[in-house]
Amino acid sequence: MVLAAPLNRWLLQPGVRVALGVLGFLPALWLVWAAAMDQLGANPAQVLIRQTGDMALRMLCITLAITPLRHMLGLSALVRYRRTLGLTMCFYALAHATCYAWFDMGWDLPDIAADIAKRPFILVGFLAWLLLLPMAATSVNLAVRAMGVARWQMLHRSVYVVALLVILHFFWMRSAKNDFADVAIYGGILALLLGWRVWRWQKNRLKN
Amino acid sequence: MLIKTQRQGFDHPISSEITPPHVYQQRRDLIRLMASGLAGAALSSWAARDAFGQTPAGTSGATGAAGTWERPGKLPALASVKSNVSGAVTMDKVTEYKDASTYNNFYEFGTDKSDPARNAHTLQTQPWSVSVEGLVKKPAAYSLEDLLKLSAQEERVYRLRCVEGWSMVIPWVGYSLSELIRKVQPLGGAKYVEFVTLADRKTMPFVGSAVLDWPYVEGLRMDEAMHPLTLLSFGMYGEVMPKQNGAPIRLVVPWKYGFKSIKSVVKIRFTDQEPKTAWLKAAPQEYGFYSNVNPQVDHPRWSQGVERRIGEDGLFTKKRKTLMFNGYEPQVGQLYAGMDLKRWY
Repeated sequence: MVLAAPLNRWLLQPGVRVALGVLGFLPALWLVWAAAMDQLGANPAQVLIRQTGDMALRMLCITLAITPLRHMLGLSALVRYRRTLGLTMCFYALAHATCYAWFDMGWDLPDIAADIAKRPFILVGFLAWLLLLPMAATSVNLAVRAMGVARWQMLHRSVYVVALLVILHFFWMRSAKNDFADVAIYGGILALLLGWRVWRWQKNRLKN
Repeated sequence: MLIKTQRQGFDHPISSEITPPHVYQQRRDLIRLMASGLAGAALSSWAARDAFGQTPAGTSGATGAAGTWERPGKLPALASVKSNVSGAVTMDKVTEYKDASTYNNFYEFGTDKSDPARNAHTLQTQPWSVSVEGLVKKPAAYSLEDLLKLSAQEERVYRLRCVEGWSMVIPWVGYSLSELIRKVQPLGGAKYVEFVTLADRKTMPFVGSAVLDWPYVEGLRMDEAMHPLTLLSFGMYGEVMPKQNGAPIRLVVPWKYGFKSIKSVVKIRFTDQEPKTAWLKAAPQEYGFYSNVNPQVDHPRWSQGVERRIGEDGLFTKKRKTLMFNGYEPQVGQLYAGMDLKRWY
């Protein structure tokens, strides 16, 4: 791509990196403000739980889009954004789980445990959330060095499992209303992003 | 000119002569205050008539602080009298009109709870008629005007528990469905009543979407339909029904999950077969024909043991316990005596 070189230079500017990083947190700020000002309608708890979940799903798609975009458009600078995006996604997943535990369950831990055991869609959401924790914890450079790149990469490939669990969580949640339009959109995006990886592995394997 | 024509228009008084709102409001407040009994028992009965005229609601005077609400002033008033039916007026705090009229499930106008308030303005409620058919002596198409006059409009303040785990308290206006049923005289073979919502693709944008099989169908067993709490409702908060709440005529069955309270009814059919209701067809393992509010029988995907009262339970309050039959067990419990409610959910 002709624009790749200037775009890469632009993306690497510290100011741009900070600005784009902050951008990811604006929806969270808006939610906090709207909740405080009673702007979230008749059932603010539900809006907070759904919106944080939606944001986590969007950030997951964006994070997983980094590698394909980098390869297809030659935007090598994008790799610098992957960690920030992944951590932003993790932040929304944490907010999502917190909103559920707080507003839906009132921090009643036995109730939460029973709820996870009883409802498959909560269970897969919870599993996805658990898988995020080791990835978030090993996101610092030091961890890459301590673990070795190969092992670190293996651990961070669990994000593909997260993607599958998350879309199943969303699908089951929406099956209440047989309303799968949004699920199909996000499922389609994730299928493309994961499909591209499968296609590339296949290609590389045949080459070797 | 002594006699004015329309051409000349109306002579407006100078603005200083117009009584400012805060002055005439004082009189209304005074009357309301008197009606609430604070100005003495002797005067209150006289003042009450006037105060009820101001706010057709009038509940404030009769049921005390718990049931206080104001007529929102958005739609034409629909006058009503107090109901003598047992359990017809709950003492729970009434939900804000704003919440009750903007947070709705009415899938013909979209599946998001904010969709109906945005989209339902296209619904044509005039002319409207309800066709009564099936196993009845007097099948007929009743115009809305006839139905409005069929029996005295009563005020009923009911709890409404949605199957999704939230609840409201709504002052409905209407009369017992049994009044209509007695008029049309069901035949001996009629065991169930089926209700059908309008399904007009031109005015209801989501009719035809894959969510449900259209039109929306609901049903009751005959004894449930005849129960005095089962309400044929034409309005809420002292006004005619907002479109997003199921104008111009809907059912309210307070001891069942909200989706049983079918909206914008165009057909009532008496039958000897259990009606194939819309949600039963869409997800039989999740929604039963009875769908009585029951904290002991969970929905496959969430608990029915607790609920969030809209507008009242704050973000940080724990949800409240859901009551058996939504708190109407003393009135309706005997309808289900001996039935296994886990099986007949």
